[in-house]
Amino acid sequence: MKTVEDLRKLREEVRQMTKLREGEAEVRVVVGMGTCGIAAGARETLGALVQEIAEQGLLSVVVTQTGCLGLCEREPIVEVNAPDGRTLYARVTPERARRILRQHVQGGVAIEDWVIRN
Amino acid sequence: MNFYRSHVLVCAGAGCVSSGCLNTMEALVDENAKLGLDREIKVIETGCIGTCDLGPVIVVYPEGVFYRNVTTDDAREIAREHLLKGRTIQRLLYRNPLTSQLVQTYGEMEFFNRQLRIALRNTGVINPEVIEEYIARDGYEALARVLTTMSPEEVVATVTASGLRGRGGAGFPTGKKWGFTFRAMSDQKYVVCNADEGDPGAFMDRSILEGDPHAIIEAMTIAGFAVGANQGYVYVRAEYPLAVKRLQLALDQARNYGFLGKNIFSTNFSFDILIRVGAGAFVCGEETALLASIEGKRGEPRPRPPYPAVKGLWGKPTLINNVETFANICPIILYGADWYGRIGTETSKGTKVFAVAGNINNTGLVEVPMGMTLRQVVYDVCGGIPNGKEFKAAQTGGPSGGCLTKAELDVAMDYETLIAAGSMMGSGGLIVMDEDACMVDMARFFLDFTQDESCGKCTPCRIGTKRMLEILDRMTKGEGREGDMEALYGLAENIRETSLCGLGQSAPNPVLSMIKHFRSEYEAHIREKRCPAGVCQALMSYNILANKCRGCGLCARVCPTAAIFGKPKEVYRIERKKCVKCNACLEKCPFGAVVRA
Ligand SMILES: Cc1cc2nc3c(=O)[nH]c(=O)nc-3n(C[C@H](O)[C@H](O)[C@H](O)COP(=O)(O)O)c2cc1C
Repeated sequence: MKTVEDLRKLREEVRQMTKLREGEAEVRVVVGMGTCGIAAGARETLGALVQEIAEQGLLSVVVTQTGCLGLCEREPIVEVNAPDGRTLYARVTPERARRILRQHVQGGVAIEDWVIRN
Repeated sequence: MNFYRSHVLVCAGAGCVSSGCLNTMEALVDENAKLGLDREIKVIETGCIGTCDLGPVIVVYPEGVFYRNVTTDDAREIAREHLLKGRTIQRLLYRNPLTSQLVQTYGEMEFFNRQLRIALRNTGVINPEVIEEYIARDGYEALARVLTTMSPEEVVATVTASGLRGRGGAGFPTGKKWGFTFRAMSDQKYVVCNADEGDPGAFMDRSILEGDPHAIIEAMTIAGFAVGANQGYVYVRAEYPLAVKRLQLALDQARNYGFLGKNIFSTNFSFDILIRVGAGAFVCGEETALLASIEGKRGEPRPRPPYPAVKGLWGKPTLINNVETFANICPIILYGADWYGRIGTETSKGTKVFAVAGNINNTGLVEVPMGMTLRQVVYDVCGGIPNGKEFKAAQTGGPSGGCLTKAELDVAMDYETLIAAGSMMGSGGLIVMDEDACMVDMARFFLDFTQDESCGKCTPCRIGTKRMLEILDRMTKGEGREGDMEALYGLAENIRETSLCGLGQSAPNPVLSMIKHFRSEYEAHIREKRCPAGVCQALMSYNILANKCRGCGLCARVCPTAAIFGKPKEVYRIERKKCVKCNACLEKCPFGAVVRA
């Protein structure tokens, strides 16, 4: 640690170590983890989301779980809560989960085909 | 990058460690591994979160769900239900003692959301053993700014302008002290951190050292630059082994990163810190005794002046500040003196950490803006008095302070107002007493402490406190005499005026303030040989009420000294001389016939 710049660079690198505890996430991705969701593979979906966030370094995203939403046949369901609103996705496989992160969360464009409409 | 979708904080303050949090954490880590969650979920051991009566405590982020009294089985359930499936376990949530409602998250707990955490900003949030977590929360940024953009004069001016005052007890303006030490001419100066924390019941300094040791290291280094010192010492009592261990680890890490040592941030400023472990004598918290102890001499005070800022450690100018005082320095540098000056009252700026204990729903550590009223701290932050009992008094300032009564519940907790109310801030101990507390016994407790801790160097403190204690002892045994209160007053005045240091000068305070507010209780002990609160054992007697006794004989059977006589179906009676006042009969009687007076 020779200079102030060294310190600031290190800080950027380690920022994520405590960020999750500060509650300032921009985007919240919620996975349905009811019995129905888990049976439909939500566990793998959740794992894929976590992995993708790590790979892409998406600091502003948090992932949480929720229970059954009453749409059991469309599980795994993933909800994206972004500043521009709330979107529910149906039958989110690990592959779809990765695409949702890239296209919707990073790119800002929802993937209309998978969205649940009421 | 590693990404953990959830951070699970396990409080590992000393209080939680004694309630078994390490086993709880182990169970949690183990269950996570079994469920394959260990790469998604990070378990973090933190310093004291502050809710010491609720341990083991676990907080799950990002939701911020707060679980209390978590056993190892509960921890496994948290892993299976909450961490895997996202289901909050209602059974383990905290219940608001006043509204009886379950509180879902940390942020909704009054205990936390009424606090303003500056000195405790990282305590209970970061892992104190991982320097990167401190750096992630702007750690060492204040030091970087000071060393590369400020002059020592500017640092002193900033601290002065903030209005920060010493948190070790006396409330001396910190900037002024830094200025004195800065201006003292010498080839060698020192910075000392006072972590002796002798006030029984106070543990904020320990919690800061355990929970955020780098905050103290960084602040002491800034102080070293400001006053022109190249060596620091932290004087900490041996009874705080966890604080010593975490501080030692933090010092090693800081040296590795170059925050301590030679040419910090490539400037020509060098500074290092050593730990000195004290044997845990109250008097060693007094600054001159503390310095003597660091020098390897007996921990005895000497008269001041000269003050340490002029003649301190090994005769050299020395800046000595309390742990909590130092803990405020980095935020002041980062956010400015103006920001700090907007918190608190006109003359007491910033926040104060209180260690709340006694008859109160939430015991633990709370940090609130100066000037919050006693009522707000007791009822709003700490949830009031348990078991529907009445508030009777609160002792502030520990064995050097005084008590506040119901009439003073709306007193603002700041330096001046507390003094005007006959008490003092002290180091922030706050002991709450309900209607069942005996104020003679309380005074005796504090005096017993100061008498025991008197170093013996000066006569008024050594012998005077002993005489006062003897009088109080007699009172609690029913041997009080007319004139005892006058004798206490006389001794108190002499001890106050002639003792060498603050220990003796303040030792009579609790007794004086308790007599002032609860004179009738003292009179009851002396004249009627009666303890109105029913605390002083020797003054109690047990009786069986004839109209309630059904003659079942249970009392006689549980009595360990065979002091209860009678025949079945007739009224039993207690023989006073044999009774040892163990309370067993009273607890056993199904008809409430045994009474204590
Ligand atoms: C008997 C006695 C005990 C003291 N104990 C402590 C202590 O445990 N911790 C502390 O910081 N100051 C203690 N002090 C106050 C110190 O003498 C000194 O004022 C303080 O460390 C200065 O730091 P501050 O200006 O940051 O408060 C004690 C004073 C007396 C008279």
